Amino acid sequence: MSAQYPDDLYYTKDHEWARLEERDGQKLATIGVTRFAVEQLGDVTQVDLPKEGETVKRADVFGSVESVKAVSDLFAPLSGKVVKVNSPLADSPEYVNEDPYDEGWMIQLAVSDVKEIDGLLDANAYQAFLREQGE
Amino acid sequence: MQRTPLHEAHLRLGAKMVDFGGWAMPVSYPGGIIDEHRATRGAVGVFDVCHMGEIHFRGPRAAEAVQRLVTNDVSRLGDGRAFYTVACRPSGGIVDDLIVYRISSEHYLTVVNAANLEKDRAWFIEQAAALCDVADASAETGLVAFQGPAAARALQPLTQVALDALPGFGFVADCEITGVRASIARTGYTGEDGFEIFCAARDAERLWNTLIEAAASVGGKPAGLGARDTLRLEARLPLYGNDLDEQTTPLEAGLGWVVKLDGADFIGREPLRAQKAAGVGRKLCGFVMTERGIARHGYPILDADGVERGRVTSGGPAPTLEKNVAMGYLPSHLDLPGTRIFVDCRGKRTSAEIVKGPFYKRGRS
Repeated sequence: MSAQYPDDLYYTKDHEWARLEERDGQKLATIGVTRFAVEQLGDVTQVDLPKEGETVKRADVFGSVESVKAVSDLFAPLSGKVVKVNSPLADSPEYVNEDPYDEGWMIQLAVSDVKEIDGLLDANAYQAFLREQGE
Repeated sequence: MQRTPLHEAHLRLGAKMVDFGGWAMPVSYPGGIIDEHRATRGAVGVFDVCHMGEIHFRGPRAAEAVQRLVTNDVSRLGDGRAFYTVACRPSGGIVDDLIVYRISSEHYLTVVNAANLEKDRAWFIEQAAALCDVADASAETGLVAFQGPAAARALQPLTQVALDALPGFGFVADCEITGVRASIARTGYTGEDGFEIFCAARDAERLWNTLIEAAASVGGKPAGLGARDTLRLEARLPLYGNDLDEQTTPLEAGLGWVVKLDGADFIGREPLRAQKAAGVGRKLCGFVMTERGIARHGYPILDADGVERGRVTSGGPAPTLEKNVAMGYLPSHLDLPGTRIFVDCRGKRTSAEIVKGPFYKRGRS
């Protein structure tokens, strides 16, 4: 079981997280949904994601998560090109519930505008946001 | 928001609470909906259904009063027997679906949907209060559903009632469950064997705790509204507000089996007779998704030519079948098993196939 809100991740108010790393001078962002999102969703039964090579824009819908009760959109924390997709989620959507920060990751982006990173929340700011929301 | 007498018990169990028609209800407990669904199919699920409405009809003309309101034939009920039925408007549109229990020839109990309680009470009083006493006992009545293949085995040690001798839709109006005065009915809304147990609201928490413990002894657990919905959907049981409303008739909804057109008169009989004679133009169809996608309430349903023919009324995952299933009203000619249709799942045309009967049917024990 990973931490509720790991310190090394960035967060959005739409309850996505991004893990940043640099490879060959390119900023990469791995993206998923937070523990809070997972608790709200309940059992995830289907995850729809973009294909490798597609581009996504910050704050736009890049996919959706179906839970038993409802369907929810996924919003991109950053803009960029999709370089990897967690394809096992197609058959094992429960990874999102079981391990949202590792096995439950969704896509990896080659970040196209590093300045957008400044607009993300760190773990403390995200948890403060959750508290403000009464969660 | 209204709270059931089990509110504190749900919070202690760590339930996720939601607003369900003005009631704070547990949608699931920490194990999650699918886990609770499987526990109910495999052992026992225990459900708080205290929010449901209980309206009593008492007096020498009680049977006549109830018969005026419901489409099923009240004269075939003996003491200690219940049936499922609907109540209609004069148009034939459904006011509510409900269970009628005959406690005695002069005392009937109806159990109605929580979201319809005020409407039903007003309608029942308007139409029947001249014939007998109509009393809403919902606030004083607790109701817990104990559902699953192990329900009888888990419940039997707690009561003197010989559960084996209690048939489906039979009930014992006055008995005890470990010291709590209760009524035990062999009814439910999950597609499994099981019981619905009435008690005084003040005893509900004691009964609940006893039942949770009994369930745990056979591998069962408390289950929330989320599992209640997936269970009833798998069993293809309609939900008022989704699959039934005042614009639909019981014949369209596939509930012709609770409409006794040749028995005593009831409100809505003439339009239903006419509809039956003319042929029902649309039907509540069941379908299984044959492509990846979940059909949800309100999504358009298209025929093979891509023409919109109706809307999804209920849909979601069927955890036991590991398929996605749904229901919706379609022109009657499409209601043939194997007919290919499509659902517009948020812009994605997703194929599905019409099926007959319940999606899930329990094995006969």
